[in-house]
Amino acid sequence: MFKRKSNSDLAAMEGRKFGLDGIMTALSFVLLFIIVVIPIFMIIYNAFFYQGKFDLTLFTSVIFDKENLKAMGNTIIIAVAVTIFGTIMGLFYAWLLGRSDIPAKGFMRALFTIPYMFPPFFGAMAWDLLFSGRAGYINRWLMSTFHLRTPPVNINSLGGIIFVECSYYFPFVFMQVVSALERMDPTLEESARIAGARQSQVIWKITLPLVKPAISAGALLILISSLAHFGVPSILGFSKNIFTLPTMIYALINKSGGSFEGIRQGTALSILLVAVVAVALVIQKKVLSSGSYDIIKGKSMRPTLIKLRGAKYPLLFLACLTLLVIVVVPLVMIFLVALVKAYGLPLVWKNFSLSNYQKVFASPATMDSIWNSLFLSVTAGVVCMFLGVMIAYVINRIKPRGRNVLEILSILPYSIPGTVLAIGVILAWSGAIFKITLYNTIWIILVAYMARYLSFSMKSASASLQQVNSSLEEASRACGATHTESLRDITLPLIKPAMVSGFFLIFLPAMRELTTSILLYGPYSRTLGVQIFALRDAGMIPQAAALASVAIVIIIVCNSIVTWITKDRKGA
Amino acid sequence: MAAIKFINISFAYGDKKILENFSLDVEDSQIMCLLGPSGCGKTTLMRCLLGLNKPSTGEIYVGDRCVFSREKRINIPPERRGIGVVFQDYAVWPHMTVLENVCYPMKKHGLSRDEIDSKARYALEQVRMSDYAPYLPSQLSGGQQQRVAIARALVSSDEVIVMDEPITNLDAKLREEMLIEIRQIQKNIGTTILYITHDQEASLQLCDKMAIMDSEGKLTQIGTDEDIILRPASRFVFEFIGVSNFFRLSRINDTWCFHDNNSITYTDSVPDKYNSRVDMGVRPNDIIFDDSSSVRGVVKRSVFLGSEYNMFIDFDGQEVRVQRSTFDDGVGSVKEGSEVGLKFLNPVFYNAKEA
Repeated sequence: MFKRKSNSDLAAMEGRKFGLDGIMTALSFVLLFIIVVIPIFMIIYNAFFYQGKFDLTLFTSVIFDKENLKAMGNTIIIAVAVTIFGTIMGLFYAWLLGRSDIPAKGFMRALFTIPYMFPPFFGAMAWDLLFSGRAGYINRWLMSTFHLRTPPVNINSLGGIIFVECSYYFPFVFMQVVSALERMDPTLEESARIAGARQSQVIWKITLPLVKPAISAGALLILISSLAHFGVPSILGFSKNIFTLPTMIYALINKSGGSFEGIRQGTALSILLVAVVAVALVIQKKVLSSGSYDIIKGKSMRPTLIKLRGAKYPLLFLACLTLLVIVVVPLVMIFLVALVKAYGLPLVWKNFSLSNYQKVFASPATMDSIWNSLFLSVTAGVVCMFLGVMIAYVINRIKPRGRNVLEILSILPYSIPGTVLAIGVILAWSGAIFKITLYNTIWIILVAYMARYLSFSMKSASASLQQVNSSLEEASRACGATHTESLRDITLPLIKPAMVSGFFLIFLPAMRELTTSILLYGPYSRTLGVQIFALRDAGMIPQAAALASVAIVIIIVCNSIVTWITKDRKGA
Repeated sequence: MAAIKFINISFAYGDKKILENFSLDVEDSQIMCLLGPSGCGKTTLMRCLLGLNKPSTGEIYVGDRCVFSREKRINIPPERRGIGVVFQDYAVWPHMTVLENVCYPMKKHGLSRDEIDSKARYALEQVRMSDYAPYLPSQLSGGQQQRVAIARALVSSDEVIVMDEPITNLDAKLREEMLIEIRQIQKNIGTTILYITHDQEASLQLCDKMAIMDSEGKLTQIGTDEDIILRPASRFVFEFIGVSNFFRLSRINDTWCFHDNNSITYTDSVPDKYNSRVDMGVRPNDIIFDDSSSVRGVVKRSVFLGSEYNMFIDFDGQEVRVQRSTFDDGVGSVKEGSEVGLKFLNPVFYNAKEA
């Protein structure tokens, strides 16, 4: 009855069917093997083998080095302190904004997520400008006003690093807990009140235990991020010789000028860092699997708000002050210093000019870095968007044997510290794979970004595919569409929103990336983050601030586009 | 308009065998209900027919066209099998309007624009959705989406349509309406419909013939609805197709007794082929009250349902369900707590189940 397609019905006979599914599955495995498995393997191999022989001397000498042990101690002290303070802070503000009747909630909530958008090393730069020894603006002012002989605050210390990391990492707990509080069934709290519990008892006995999974998830995210963090300790710690494992690895490789010996030492040290992170991951797995309650529902409900009464305005003041200190001050500082003619001049009108911006835009190296970052972020975003969809499709729909392996491989690089991943990528792409050498080119950064960010788009596409029932695609097959046509006409249009958000999930962090690029950049492949870091390192602090302010503007514009796109989708 | 033939189909998910040497014929231009408990392999069979699952043995024919054969190494991809399908969750594409949904299969089959236009209009008319052509599925109710799915199945094939539990997600009233409509559409067009369900009420209303699968995926009986209800082929069919009471009878000193208790005797005849123990099945509406009967029970609960009473009677510790019409003599006088004599009509006998 229908005009059947001319090719024979027997075309799809067995044996000849190595169809689209097979190709996608094979491609996913091969790509993840090259992007993820080989770098990880190379790190382990190079740490324990030297010239083809098993060799522990390097490993033990690096591990028992006093400096390195101190760096490990610092890493752990900072991470634990940041986790504790960040969790307390996130929890407090989550409760304040999620459960109390404090005014201006929406506004404050938007501001509290701002630290999430900006790279912590911008904040570190700003605080360094204010409180670094005798040169910091506020330190100088305090010293002259109160006739102090020593600078009152020293940001270049463990405490300073902890403070700055805290102010950038507390949103992890804040956001997790706020959403858990919103999804919690309010009748649970109400029935406790009815059963005779006081308000404070309800908070301790009911609310807190229920959001415990969200708290621990957020806290461990802080712990792992902080262990692997490079930006803040490098900016605040280098001048006072305070090292953490990631900055130590960078210093080792930098000192040796990128020679193989330096990379090998860095490799051994990365094993140490991975071990520390692995312990944190094991704890995470234990904690997260132990306590989950079904009481937290997907639906959003309106909980009864707790009246703060007399404490309302003092708490509002406290919240505003926190926002001012952790959000507004660093941003304003960066813009002000970007305008000042020379670092150290007082921040008054007559010292301001746009000359730093002129220098930034006139410098080919700086402009290159902007274009490099744009190229890298867009390319990594687009490539990962499609790869992520493909891998998510293979995992969720084709379900081949070994799909768990596939899933683990695509998520694994996210848990590996960026510094370590960078070393793995260097080892892998300095001729180890098909004798291809990408070192010192922009492509090696792209490969690293792809490994680092693939899980973002994969997870986003995976979540979306789970929403799209497979019967939609099967129905179109039965309606006469081939496999490829069904993908094109049905599945892809339905997960398009997730693909777009997957792109931005990669584009935004890639745009401000520092940790991996700082180890991978070559003479012509500086990224935005690297260039800001380098300018500051070379003492051109106002120019670094100017470039940072450009980056801030780019990030804000892109973020607004994302919000606009996602809003538009909701309206449709 | 084509018959469907499954020959010796086997299918397994991993080690779990779902179907083994399953054969079934669906005659041309009729509605065949495939009825079976959840998880018996109905949906798997449908997916084999559509080409979404690949059986490990056997052949499938649609009309005289072989769409799958292990021996001949034929496996036509789903898009060229020419079978319309209505999934349980409708699977109406949410990003296309009603009209686009209905036109899509015809576009894929390469029909001309005029043909697509007139066929789509006809199909939408059939399911009474013409007014909703420009709507998106999210603007429609469940029943309306269901109709779109049926219209789409109608235009994808006028030979064979498969429906997998298409009305389970609808409310009771709409369900009944949809069944009548499906029946009507089938009469108008003459398509062969394979209707898959676990709901025996629906299949009784809809089908020309029923095929009953047991929980192991075996075909136990094929027949018209009367056949199946009046002459169930096995104990499974008898139990599956409606509410049933079972009594264990055992032969003690040449008399049949209930529950191994020789003080309660069963006086009617038992087929000769059973000689020591037997299970007797009786429908609730085949139990009548008879004061002369030696089988006595106490009414525990009586529920008035308008046209009939549903009663739960305690008979020597066993709960017996009885259904009597409101207009039966004396039924109104049977109250909760009163003792009644029971008489069993149309009993069926099966080998005693081992406990």
